Amino acid sequence: MSERLSVRKTYKLFIGGAFPRSESGRTVIVNDAKGRFLANAARASRKDVRDAVVAARKAQAGWAARTGYNRGQILYRVAEMLEGRRGQFVEELRGAGLGKTAAAVEVDAAIDRWVWYAGWADKIAQVTGSANAVSGPFFNFSTPEPTGVVGVIAPDSPLLGLVSVLAPVVVTGNTAVVVASESAPLPAITLAEVLATSDVPGGVINLLTGHRAELAPWLASHQDVNAIDLTGAPGDLAADCERAAADNLKRVHRPGDADWSADPGTARMTAFLETKTVWHPVGV
Amino acid sequence: MPDLSTFADTAVSPAELRGFLHGLPPVDQVGAEERAARLATRSIKKSAKAYAIDLAISMVDLTTLEGADTPGKVRALCAKAAHPDPADASAPKVAAVCVYSDLVGEAVRALDGTGIGVASVATAFPSGRAPLDAKLADTRRAIDDGASEIDMVIDRGAFLAGDHRKVFDEIVAIKAECGDAHLKVILETGELATYDNVRRASWLAMLAGADFIKTSTGKVSPAATLPVTLIMLEAVRDFRAATGRQVGVKPAGGIRTTKDAVKYLVLVNETAGPDWLTPDWFRLGASSLLNDLLMQRHKLTTGVYGGPDYFTLD
Amino acid sequence: MSFEYAPAPESRDIVDLKPSYGLYVDGEFVEAKNTFKTINPATEETLAEVAEAGADDVDRAVAAARRAYDTVWGPMPGAERAKYLFRIARLIQERSRELAVLESIDNGKPIRESRDVDLPLVAAHFFYYAGWADKLPYAGFGPDPRPLGVAGQVIPWNFPLLMLAWKIAPALACGNTVVLKPAETTPLTALAFAEICAQAELPPGVVNILTGAGETGRALVEHPGVDKVAFTGSTEVGRQIARSVAGTGKRLTLELGGKAANIVFDDAPLDQAVEGIVNGIFFNQGHVCCAGSRLLAQESVADELLDRLKARMATLRVGDPLDKNTDVGAINSAAQLAKIRELSDSGEVEGATRWSPACELPERGFWFAPTVFTGVAASHRIAREEIFGPVLSVLTFRTPAEAVEKANNTPYGLSAGIWTDKGSRILWAAERLRAGVVWANTFNKFDPASPFGGYKESGFGREGGRHGLEAYLR
Repeated sequence: MSERLSVRKTYKLFIGGAFPRSESGRTVIVNDAKGRFLANAARASRKDVRDAVVAARKAQAGWAARTGYNRGQILYRVAEMLEGRRGQFVEELRGAGLGKTAAAVEVDAAIDRWVWYAGWADKIAQVTGSANAVSGPFFNFSTPEPTGVVGVIAPDSPLLGLVSVLAPVVVTGNTAVVVASESAPLPAITLAEVLATSDVPGGVINLLTGHRAELAPWLASHQDVNAIDLTGAPGDLAADCERAAADNLKRVHRPGDADWSADPGTARMTAFLETKTVWHPVGV
Repeated sequence: MPDLSTFADTAVSPAELRGFLHGLPPVDQVGAEERAARLATRSIKKSAKAYAIDLAISMVDLTTLEGADTPGKVRALCAKAAHPDPADASAPKVAAVCVYSDLVGEAVRALDGTGIGVASVATAFPSGRAPLDAKLADTRRAIDDGASEIDMVIDRGAFLAGDHRKVFDEIVAIKAECGDAHLKVILETGELATYDNVRRASWLAMLAGADFIKTSTGKVSPAATLPVTLIMLEAVRDFRAATGRQVGVKPAGGIRTTKDAVKYLVLVNETAGPDWLTPDWFRLGASSLLNDLLMQRHKLTTGVYGGPDYFTLD
Repeated sequence: MSFEYAPAPESRDIVDLKPSYGLYVDGEFVEAKNTFKTINPATEETLAEVAEAGADDVDRAVAAARRAYDTVWGPMPGAERAKYLFRIARLIQERSRELAVLESIDNGKPIRESRDVDLPLVAAHFFYYAGWADKLPYAGFGPDPRPLGVAGQVIPWNFPLLMLAWKIAPALACGNTVVLKPAETTPLTALAFAEICAQAELPPGVVNILTGAGETGRALVEHPGVDKVAFTGSTEVGRQIARSVAGTGKRLTLELGGKAANIVFDDAPLDQAVEGIVNGIFFNQGHVCCAGSRLLAQESVADELLDRLKARMATLRVGDPLDKNTDVGAINSAAQLAKIRELSDSGEVEGATRWSPACELPERGFWFAPTVFTGVAASHRIAREEIFGPVLSVLTFRTPAEAVEKANNTPYGLSAGIWTDKGSRILWAAERLRAGVVWANTFNKFDPASPFGGYKESGFGREGGRHGLEAYLR
């Protein structure tokens, strides 16, 4: 009896809760570390960026309007689904070149990080918000609010890095358009399958695969994108994107040294939060 | 603004009255106090100050409302009212003398021929806690003795209990008793506690026929304040815009210095407007204020600071 | 006879103007190659000659700031930095009347505002941040927050000394040193502040003041020795700065323009709303980035509100900024006046109805009467562009949702106002307004403890409060 021929997966984009191919019809070949063919991933175009931004914008107000508790529940559910597919992600990471143990460690860390961020959904406002003691008969308080639609140029750490830049953006109520790792894009699409089968509303997270240098500038210059995380953008591209982002005064999170195993702190969340301060007189 | 014509009809129901009063724009305390404080920073100097001092003197309701009042005290006060500054005949006379109803006769005799009004507090001043019969009798006595102005107090208990109709009816009844005399309705704003209540009570009094609305008896703290007077000036301004009828305003109690008085005049000027800047439409209920006005006047005319020994005590 | 307020001018004698001023670099006043004149916008008289810092002056100032950072201010314990800032706060209070007069003659703002608003807030800002200097580990930015280094700060002309305080106080509290450029038309109070630094015996180089125009600002912002750029001003210049800083790794905060909506619902406390509208747009001649320049009135109350507003506007006293009774002073410059005129004219051309109370404007100087436009459509330029003058555009709405939608329909997002007696509606609207500051039943309130800053194209970063420290720490 011959060995069974496996059914391969088609890796597509994830936009607005659906899995379209790139409108351009283009793909990029993804090989494993040894150069063996793994898949033809979709090579997103500027029009896919455009569509993803539309989807993210459409989903943003509703996602932000959910209670922190509800967002936390939904994101925790994602972690549950990740755990269920643990073996699959380990395989994906091995395909991306990690050894068996390293892949397992990274998957576990990614799941744990997701859980860590999920728990912030109903707590970040208490940490970054404040009641401000002004000198007058006013009640004055500051609350954090999501910036809006955030473009994310994900780093090459294909799962832990991706989770570490994505979760802090969406946990506070932003929606995201993510350009996945260029060298190892497949785990991102498998993550999309997890998102699609959890309770994350369509459009909250949009994942694009393809060439960073082609896609990032469109995100950076897009007038309906409020912020951009350039973590995964190499120096020259990041500088160009930052310059383009100035056009509508996007909030820019710049690339920096990233140790994905370190305590992430709150900086990646606060980078995409606005502070709103409300005044009201106190009287009878 | 609801239709006001219904209020001419005394059959207006308590619910309608309440609905109207609670439909008035609310007052934000902090904002109102801020506005009053801002106007209090106006700097009134030189010719403006001279004008304001004389105007303020002419608006004073020179008041004595003590249990110890006697005919002699009232006669002395009336003499002061007619000639505030014995050393300077150019000082204007005050608008009125304000006394308890049993001393009206004394004041009327003392002020005969001066053109100065005699105002009588009435309706169980200052508490207002007496049967309507007694309040009417109190008023009638003052009118019979020649009072030209009646300063009645409203029933704050009824107002705070939500019985606007009772307050309204009492004012109407007292007004009927007044004849040609002007009716000032004292809201006792210190007991109404909120500016929303001050605004509602102002409208209630005006709808019931008040010729003047007055802040306080002087027996309750706080008495007149700038923000309360601001709210009442807004009320008379809005009432005239809505009905065409002008109603006067009288802050009373706690106005002791020229500086205070000038702040009130600025408030009138920039809130209700210059139409109210006459003794016909604005009064200051006070006693010790007059001497301070006279001292400041003296300083302006002579250039040197005066001393209390040079001004009469009554 | 009527109650005419006689002139009540604040004395100018309290200010001892020098004929010319140098740059304040490394603790000393130094001359520059070029100079420019600063004038009193109310009279057009020249007040003083002021040095114009060139690129070499910027080099020197940044180098001095770096030296001070490395050798003195950076290593200094927070408690010691705090005491310097407390000293500065006290000196400002002591010289407050002088500074208020100086601000009014250089800027054109009424003395009532510089005396009662600007100066008290300036001193309060230094007091507030002085107290933070030795408490930074408790501010929520980690156990050992560190300063950034040298801050290059560029400030506008609308609140010259207050904007200086907003920039310098948190920067110094966090251990940074600064090079600050005041606006071209209002350099004098910053130079007086330099004297105050000297009186406080602040170590040389901790604060450097470079006067000049746009070129000076550009040289400062682009200087490679600057670690942090903070700018308050127009969105257009903010954009250019964001571009020039791109890729350099410099930290950046921007406080830019606005087109705030002031929403009045039909249950609002109308008299206070009128005050809030007046304070929202005529405070400081409307030269306020968070000015309530768009009045959104619920249709059911719009007519009554407008009647009250117009009556109130008729009591505004426009004129001599030094008169203590002046409510609206001079427009800051001829250029700004031209811009206000151009936009106001466009309002008329586009079909809005223009109204101003009768008011006599002085012949010399730059003046613009308080103006309200009714019948404004959302598409009119006066409803979209920042006028930065005493010009109010009135639009109407029917439902709360429409009000919020119209309020948010702008690339700006600095501030917004809500007037209603209903608590739940305030919170509902405040949640939905895309603006960094929401004033409910009040407007244009500022406090050192209250974070201030914009959404969207109104900039990023917050000034004031604990949040304001973040821009100067790493």
